[in-house]
Amino acid sequence: MLRSNTRAETETLVPKAEVKDLSFYYGAFQALKNISMVVNERKVTALIGPSGCGKSTFLRCFNRMHDLYPGNRYEGEIRFHPDDTNLLGRDVDPIEVRMRISMVFQKPNPFPKSIFENVAYGLRVRGLRSHRALEEKVEQALRGAGLWEEAKDRLPDLAFNLSGGQQQRLCIARALATDPEMLLFDEPTSALDPIATGIIEELIHNLKDKVTILIVTHNMQQAARVSDYTAYMYLGELMEFGVTDEIFIKPKRKETEDYITGRFG
Amino acid sequence: MGQTEHLSKKYDHDLETLRSGVLQMGGLVEAQIRNAIDAFSSGNTDLIDQIIASEVRVNEYEVSIDNDCSHIIVKRQPAANDLRLIMAISKTVTDLERMGDEAEKIGRMSRQIHERGHADLHRFATVRHAADIAVSMLRQALDAFARLDAADAASIIRQDVAIDTEFRSILRQLITFMMEDPRTISTALEIVWIAKAIERIGDHAKNIAEDVIYIVKGTDVRHTAVEVLEREALS
Repeated sequence: MLRSNTRAETETLVPKAEVKDLSFYYGAFQALKNISMVVNERKVTALIGPSGCGKSTFLRCFNRMHDLYPGNRYEGEIRFHPDDTNLLGRDVDPIEVRMRISMVFQKPNPFPKSIFENVAYGLRVRGLRSHRALEEKVEQALRGAGLWEEAKDRLPDLAFNLSGGQQQRLCIARALATDPEMLLFDEPTSALDPIATGIIEELIHNLKDKVTILIVTHNMQQAARVSDYTAYMYLGELMEFGVTDEIFIKPKRKETEDYITGRFG
Repeated sequence: MGQTEHLSKKYDHDLETLRSGVLQMGGLVEAQIRNAIDAFSSGNTDLIDQIIASEVRVNEYEVSIDNDCSHIIVKRQPAANDLRLIMAISKTVTDLERMGDEAEKIGRMSRQIHERGHADLHRFATVRHAADIAVSMLRQALDAFARLDAADAASIIRQDVAIDTEFRSILRQLITFMMEDPRTISTALEIVWIAKAIERIGDHAKNIAEDVIYIVKGTDVRHTAVEVLEREALS
């Protein structure tokens, strides 16, 4: 019998982040409306919904990406565990948040540096100086991202010499280097071919032993394949949240069903 | 499903073709069963030939509908109610095809009974009655499938109990006949086979009704108590 992604019956779930009444405004425009949900630890949670529904906006709240632009405003909180920090709190340093919660973007965006330096960069920023320690950490991160075997003999090469799929795994390695507790993926495979996509999906599956993953994807089959939980968003609202298998076989709301079956809303 | 259309008109069209294929196949099987029972009562061998001839068409329907299901899965990756519909259709056509096999069995047995010339009609009334329930279950199951009506589907499942009761009563009658007059044993045994085939047809109709509940409600009600099933269907 096929095992479901979530083995909820044998596991106790630990909440990694609790989103409480989260609203977000781009100036006067309200992009997120009172979202409340739980992101479980060491699980993959997928955010799906049509373009403009707010899923990327929601994802970016987790590592305070919106702070980079003036006029953006958060309401509500995201309690991050185990220390129960409100990620959106004014007293919380966004740089510190980004150390704990890393992000991987739609298009691979390595730094114009060597493969080694791309991964080592975050560690250097953190003050790690010992070359030996850096080497160890870089290898560990590249292994974690499934890139070590392909990259170990070309660490001084420019990162742009890697293929698109390899570059994306390099970005994942870069994100992993600082030992984050949570990874945010914003459509990580939409610029990749099916094989590179398959490798990233397999990687996500393996990474969840260590980190909590939140992924935005336009590809519903991908959400069904890689995630344990799925949230369907529409016009800034969380329409339905639940176990992925349930959402894709027996969603509770007609709006969710219409979206995942490709019907007009 | 009385709901919004897909963005793809072709997808809607393909699903509709699939559904009407199931209903056509169901109509054919229903006619087969009726002919089989008529042949049993009347000994009309033309009817038996007809049943055997349409068996080929029923088989073709089964293969072609299953094939269409595979095509839709590979092209559309159906989800939610579409997925449930495809899964249920694939199972429904198997049930329909087996009903066709049972009809053929009834036809062949009837031929033997009438060729032997031992056809005492008075003992056929109960068999006929059970067969009427089975045919009506099939018709209602197809109706519930066409309208996607879970409540109707649930009511069919109750009737399966009635057929099982009829089957036991036929057995008791036939045992009495066989004890009274051993010359009736061959014919009586053939009638047992026919009654069993009718009972199986009822089981298959029940399976189809369960598939309809699965499509509509998303709950797998196989192997659950009738009361639980009815609660699910009416919720």
